[in-house]
Formats: sequence, C-alpha cells, structure tokens
Amino acid sequence: MPSAPLQLSAKDFKSDQEVRWCPGCGDYAILAAMQGFLPELGVPRERIVFVSGIGCSSRFPYYLNTYGMHSIHGRAPAIATGLSVSRPDLQVWVVTGDGDALSIGGNHLIHALRRNVNLKILLFNNKIYGLTKGQYSPTSEVGKITKSTPAGSADYPFNPISLALGAEASFVARTIDSDRKHLTSILRAAAQHQGSAFVEIYQNCNIFNDNAFEVLKDAETRDDYLIRLEHGQPLTFGKEGQFAVTHPAGSFGLTVQNTSEVDGSELLVHDAHRDDPAYAFALSRLAGPDLRHTPVGVFRSVQRTSYDELVRGQVSKAKEKSSGDPEQDLTALLNSGDTWTIL
Amino acid sequence: MTVPKHVQQLDRVVIRFAGDSGDGMQLTGDRFTSETAQLGNDISTLPNFPAEIRAPAGTLPGVSSFQVAFADYDILTPGDTPNVLVAMNPAALKANLPELRKGATIIVNTDEFTKRNLQKVGYPGNPLEDDSLAGYDVHPVGLTSMTLRALEDHPISKKDAERAKNMFALGLLSWLYSRPYESTMTFLERKFAARPELVAANKAAFSAGWSFGETTEGFAVRYEVKPAQMKPGHYRNITGNTALALGLVAAGVRSKLPVFLGAYPITPASDILHELSKHKKLGVTTMQAEDEIAAIGAAVGAAYGGALGVTTTSGPGVALKGETISLAVALELPLVIVDVQRAGPSTGMPTKTEQADLNMALFGRHGEAPVAVIAPQSPADCFYAAIEASRIALTYRTPVILLSDGYIANGSEPWLLPEVSELPDLQVSFADGPNGEDGKFYPYLRDPQTLARPWAPPGLAGLEHRIGGLEKADKTGDISYDPANHDFMVRTRAARIEAIDVPDIEVDDPSESANVLVLGWGSTYGPIGAACRALRQRGLNIAQAHVRHLSPLPANLGDVLRSYDKVVLPEMNLGQLAHVLRARYLIDVVSYNQVRGMPFTSAQLESMLEEVIKNA
Repeated sequence: MPSAPLQLSAKDFKSDQEVRWCPGCGDYAILAAMQGFLPELGVPRERIVFVSGIGCSSRFPYYLNTYGMHSIHGRAPAIATGLSVSRPDLQVWVVTGDGDALSIGGNHLIHALRRNVNLKILLFNNKIYGLTKGQYSPTSEVGKITKSTPAGSADYPFNPISLALGAEASFVARTIDSDRKHLTSILRAAAQHQGSAFVEIYQNCNIFNDNAFEVLKDAETRDDYLIRLEHGQPLTFGKEGQFAVTHPAGSFGLTVQNTSEVDGSELLVHDAHRDDPAYAFALSRLAGPDLRHTPVGVFRSVQRTSYDELVRGQVSKAKEKSSGDPEQDLTALLNSGDTWTIL
Repeated sequence: MTVPKHVQQLDRVVIRFAGDSGDGMQLTGDRFTSETAQLGNDISTLPNFPAEIRAPAGTLPGVSSFQVAFADYDILTPGDTPNVLVAMNPAALKANLPELRKGATIIVNTDEFTKRNLQKVGYPGNPLEDDSLAGYDVHPVGLTSMTLRALEDHPISKKDAERAKNMFALGLLSWLYSRPYESTMTFLERKFAARPELVAANKAAFSAGWSFGETTEGFAVRYEVKPAQMKPGHYRNITGNTALALGLVAAGVRSKLPVFLGAYPITPASDILHELSKHKKLGVTTMQAEDEIAAIGAAVGAAYGGALGVTTTSGPGVALKGETISLAVALELPLVIVDVQRAGPSTGMPTKTEQADLNMALFGRHGEAPVAVIAPQSPADCFYAAIEASRIALTYRTPVILLSDGYIANGSEPWLLPEVSELPDLQVSFADGPNGEDGKFYPYLRDPQTLARPWAPPGLAGLEHRIGGLEKADKTGDISYDPANHDFMVRTRAARIEAIDVPDIEVDDPSESANVLVLGWGSTYGPIGAACRALRQRGLNIAQAHVRHLSPLPANLGDVLRSYDKVVLPEMNLGQLAHVLRARYLIDVVSYNQVRGMPFTSAQLESMLEEVIKNA
C-alpha cells in the first residue's frame, strides 16, 4: 500500500470512454458528484471497483477510471458479494436501478443487505424503465400509463427504503441527483459504513419520466416537501420550520403536524443509530404518492459485523491450524479417514 | 455351542442391503464397504434411495438400498444382480426380488413380515410361508426381536434398541463374509461419542449378529474373498462427490489460488458443498447463496478478484446459471461449473442418475457461447477431472463444465492416493503491467498460443479497466458494435475453445483386430468395461474407448471412429453424444440408450454388443 497521501482529482477518475446517456439525464449529475467525491476518499483508484447490472445506470462503471464490471441484469449484488468477500482490500460499489435492483435482481439485493456484505449499493430510482424505452418499473405509481400499460399500471409499487429496512439493511439513505452537496454527503456516509450501505438516489429520466421528482427540486416547493434527516437534529421542516414529525400516542407510525401545535416535549430528534428499525421504517412511510413529506438523508446507520468479516474470520481461524505448507496439509487431508496399504 | 462351519472361497460377491428409508441401510452398506476395503478387496458401491427423506414407513417408494460388490480382482461395477439380499421388511423384498437370480441368498427380517406390512405392499399372503421364494436360499431371521433381546439390559429406549437392528444385520453379514470389524467399532465410538450408552448398545447388537451367524445352523457355510491384486500404495474408499471436492481443494493448492465456491443446495451435488465447507484451512471459502444464479454470480465475482471460482449444482441449477455462464464466456474469466447430473426434465428423479445434460452443457446458452466440457468416468476419477477442469479454466480463462452424475457421485471405489507433488502444476500468472507496445494495458490482447486474455484482478495500479457483457473491441475491450469486430470476436471465442490442448483418445483392444468399437463417456465406463471383459473372455473381439473431453473433442477422435466397421455408443440419454458425433464426423454411430435412472448393467451391454459384433 502506498503510504504517501494520494493527490487525486476528479479528473483522475474520468475514464477515456465517451459518456452515452441522453442529454439532460440525471445520471450525469450523479457521475460528476461521484468523480468529485472519490478523491477525498483517499483510496487509490486500483482498489476501487464498480460493479453494475443492466440498465441506463449500469453504464456507470465504464465512465470511471477504476476497475469495473458491467455485468448482467440484476446480478450485480451477487457478483459483488463474491468479489468483496474474497478481496477485503477492495472498496466495492454496486450501481443499479429500480428495474435492475427491485425487479429482476430483487432476490440478490435483499440477501446482500441481510448478510451485510461490505458493498456500497447505489440505486438510481427514476420510476421507469429507460434502456428498454419506457415501460413501468416496480417503483412506478399505480395507474402509470406507459408503453406496456396503456390502461395504466395495476402494480402496486415498492418503497425501496422500506424494502431495504425490511431486508435488515444496516445503512439506509436517500438523496437526489440534483442536490450535489447532499448527494456527496450521503456518498461519504455510505463509504464510511462497514457493511452494506443502501442509497436510493432519486434520478430524473428526462425522456420517459421527466420531472418525476420536480416538487423535491423546485425552489418553491422543495422545502415544504422534503424532510432533511440529520442525526441529532429535531425532525422539523418547511420553509419556516413550520412542520414537525411526531409520534402520536397510541399509533405505531409517525405523522406530520404543524410545529406550532406540538408541545416541545413531543418534538422528535432524528436518531439514525436506533437499533430498532421500526423508527426508520416509520420515517420511510411518511411520504405520500405526491411526494409530500419525503425524507432524505440517512434513515438508519447501525453497526453490525459484515458478512465479509465473519466469513474471512472463519477462514483465518481455520488457517491457524495450518502447518504453513499447503501441500503437506493437502497430503494429510487426502490420507485422512479409513485408509489401508497394499504392499 | 458353536457349529463347525465350512469356509468357502469366492472370487466376487454382490450384497444389497435394503430396507426402509429410516432403517439405516446407507450407513450399514457404508460400514460393510469400509470393513471390506480394510481387507484389501476391490470394491464398487451403488447407493439407491428415494428423494423423500422419510417416505411412509414400509411402503415401496420408501425403500432405500445400498449395493456393494467386492472381489479378489479388479472390478469395474457394483454388479448387475446381487448374490445376497438383506431385506429389512416386505417392501424391501418386493422391490428388489425381481433383480435377483434364482439361487441368490435372501436374509429377511421376519419381525417386519406382519399382516399389515404385507398388505401395504400388496402381498396377498406371506411370501416366506408360500412357495413364492422357491429356488432362493432364504434365511428368515428375527432381526428386530433378536436385537431387542440382546439389548434387554442396556439402559436405552425401545426405539433406540430397535434402531440398532441394522448393526445386528451388519454383524451377521460381517461374520458371514469374514470381514474385519475393528473400523466399525471405532466408527461407532466416534458417531455416538456424546452418548456412550448407544456406543455400547450398537456394539452389542453387532456382536449379537456376529455370534448368531457363528451359532445358528441356518448358515452352514462361511465365505472368504481374498484380497485383490492391486497396485501397491495407500488407499481409501471414496465417493465421486468427495473425490471431486478434494480435487478442487488440490487444484487450489497446486495453483496457489484461494478456492471460492458459490453453491445452492441441490441433490445430488450438495455433498460437494458440505465437503468443501470443511476445508477452510486450505484456503477454501464456501458461500451458500440465495439461489443458483447468485451462486455462480459470486463465483464469477471471486474469479474476477483472482480466485479459483467454482459453482456446483445439478441440471436444474445449470439451467438457471446459463446467463451467467455466457457472461463468463464474454468476460473470459476462469470458472469451474460442476453439474452432477440427475434424471430430468424438471425435478425429474432427483436421486437417480442420468447423462442427459450433455446437450445443455455443450449448447445450452444464448449466443455463440462455447465452453470446455469434461466428464469423469468413475468415483475416484472425479478427483482428477476436477483438477483437469481447473487446469483448462485457469490456462484458457474460460468456463469449464464438469459433468459428473448421481451414479459416480454417490458410488464409491478404492482410490490409490496420489503424491501431491506429482499432481499437475496449475500456477498462473496475473497481468503484471502494460502489455501493449505503446505502454498501455489491453485487457483483450491475447496470448498467441492459448488465445487467453490477461487475467488482471483489481488491485494493480495502471491496469484499471472495465469489462462487461457488451461486445468488446478486439484487444482494447472497449464497447464495440462494429459488425466485423463481432464476427471476429465470435470466431475467436470459438477458436479459443478448439485450441485447448486435450490428450488424444486411447483405444483399448487387446486383440488389435476388433471391427467394433464401443465408445462411452462419463460414468458408463464401468459397465462398458465390464461388458468388454466378458466378451473378450468368451473369445469375441471388441475395442473400447472413452471420451473424457467432450469439448473440445480429442483431435484424433474422427480418425479413430472411422477405423472401425461399427461404432456403438451406450448413453443414459436418448443419444446426445451420438448426435454430436454424427454431425461432426458424418459417422453412423449406433446409439444405445437407457433412461431408467439406474446405470447400465454390464450383462445388458454384453448381450447388446454381442449382437452388434455378430452382425458387423
């Protein structure tokens, strides 16, 4: 490992490949934020790997001058698991989309999260299939008119944050493509987390689902729509801080009230480190279909030994019993059990 | 009082232990095999059991059996028909009787021949009391009641005492065939280490069975089978699945690479996962994945990271892995895919054998996606096949499919243990710097000999590059939709597999004048070989050759096939390799097929081949 501090810039993380997303795609902003963030990580390029599946977002690895694999639809978490477990010296990122991660690859996503594999999973959610040209996705709203649903989608959508929490994720966050500062802060928090970090990034597909998150971006509306989660800070929001998240007595969930109507002692302070995921889950249920009361930030960040560490720990422990000479150990293994000799 | 017993020498005996799934027949057979191995006989075994863990007691579908053949000479199969059947209940008798020849010995547990049990399997009367077993040498023994009596003073439950009846049977058979029993005593001590009362009870049941043989007048003759003439050396008895797992461990040691297994439990391949999970000391990491696709995905990820990536499964699993195998073809990464074939389609007969995944291994992927395919021919050979599959994968940076099957996976034979230092050297070199004349790194610039691309796991500065499933430009590996490039890459990937160095096929024909060649692949080696021996002993000439490398095929195969008047190919499928050979060499291969979930018997192959020879 090089001991001198790394002097890398965003430019060092740009690959020589021509970026082929549609002009105006939200992916550009995420790529720029990532390239801008990676230098501060202090990890040399050759120790960073981006693994992706299939879809617009999954072209991401081609545009970063690190190691990378553009794999097959939905399988990136599985492939990245094998890589991460066998190579603890690497930092492995998974880039995926709502179709890739939640439809065809749903199984791999939930199992990577429950195992707590040391992966940073970025789910670009644009609520539509882009690369296949505009079919509804597992996060599209009911009634969505698309090429494959001319009469409106009959599918009830996933809430990715709720799903990740249900899958025992130890780190769950949400951010937005257009807010570079917030996006960068979430990438930073995810990178520092030991274990699976799940980040949902609201990303605009300006061709097939334009302005899906506009109310969260528009200067007029965003402050009243967004709940910015910050650990240790009161859960109040709105232009004037006029709204507060509260936990009504007798209810299992959280709700939003006017701050003026809330007694000071009822004001909640965001605690991302709560062991019980029910709180983070309740936060994830606040937003309605109109995106009013959408929390962004870190919902949950708890410490749990990563799968990688547990698996490698077992191997290291077993290796303590090794003679140091694998050929000798193999000879002993082959000759174990009931053996006999013919003279 | 001990009745003086006559000792008769035999050259070969086939015993089948049959009972209910819960009667412990697999364990009994396994112990008898181990005792027999200690004696130096050659051995071959055939376990046969239902997919249900405990089918309804006493029914025909619940019958589980273990057949062991042992001889004072080198044998190739577990035998066509048992000389001795141990039937623990009426179902076991009924299910196995059709396979016995007249004169065979039948030892039955009379305690289970109750009216109710007889009715369960449709016996109108008691076959022990009418003449339906006339012509057989029947020994009615109250195995359960005698075991219970022998264990009267033991502080164990009646249920535990009853369960020891398999040890009574083992004791009796061990006495009858003069087997050394020390290894079984040690085994019992180990197995029931936590419950000393069961060690004592099972030992007592074994001794009671042994003594019963010695004292009863029912068995007037005791048998001996002298040790076989085998190559000097250290041996152990091994199943194909264990041998395969050890072969993968050995490939890791000889390549100096960590082995990473991604697997999802599936019959009959799970034992490989179980075995490999025990060998972390030798650098093996195993992952029980969430599904078959994740299992191979993780193995691809590990291979990308520089490990020997392996996934083990059976046919249904390979079907699910197909897309990822194609990815590995495009990525040109080493990968070993083990398919322990079972009877299909769909769930089929999971515990029964078949060779019907050959087409899938050769052709079952989207696009032009050639891979290497090899098949072991016997349980011990699974060890060497695993090493060979790893050699090809590592040298040529390609997925390799290893086609074992349920017969050799669960069957066993003595294995002459190899010297580790004499196993193939599988060391590989990773890319260590730029490979282009311009000082750049080209991930798809090939070795001119092997056509393999550099293996450049993440971690080396200056070689950062991206790979993926999209078509790649020659040399650079950049995304390319250029028509000429795609045509070139498709042909290059095919040429890469054809360029794999595989040994020529060897023909065994002691007469050097046979007109008929019998060809086989995989687990049919044993029964085909035994049939050839029998034919030759009768003065008939026949040549035998066995295909180990199914893709690419040996370079001399076409010439070999053309040099015979007739080529016969028995397969446990409907003629999959025959189809390939006809297409490739334009030779009218005679296809002989059976898909019964059981291996060919050597007798059926002998009579089939005799017909072909006579008409050639």
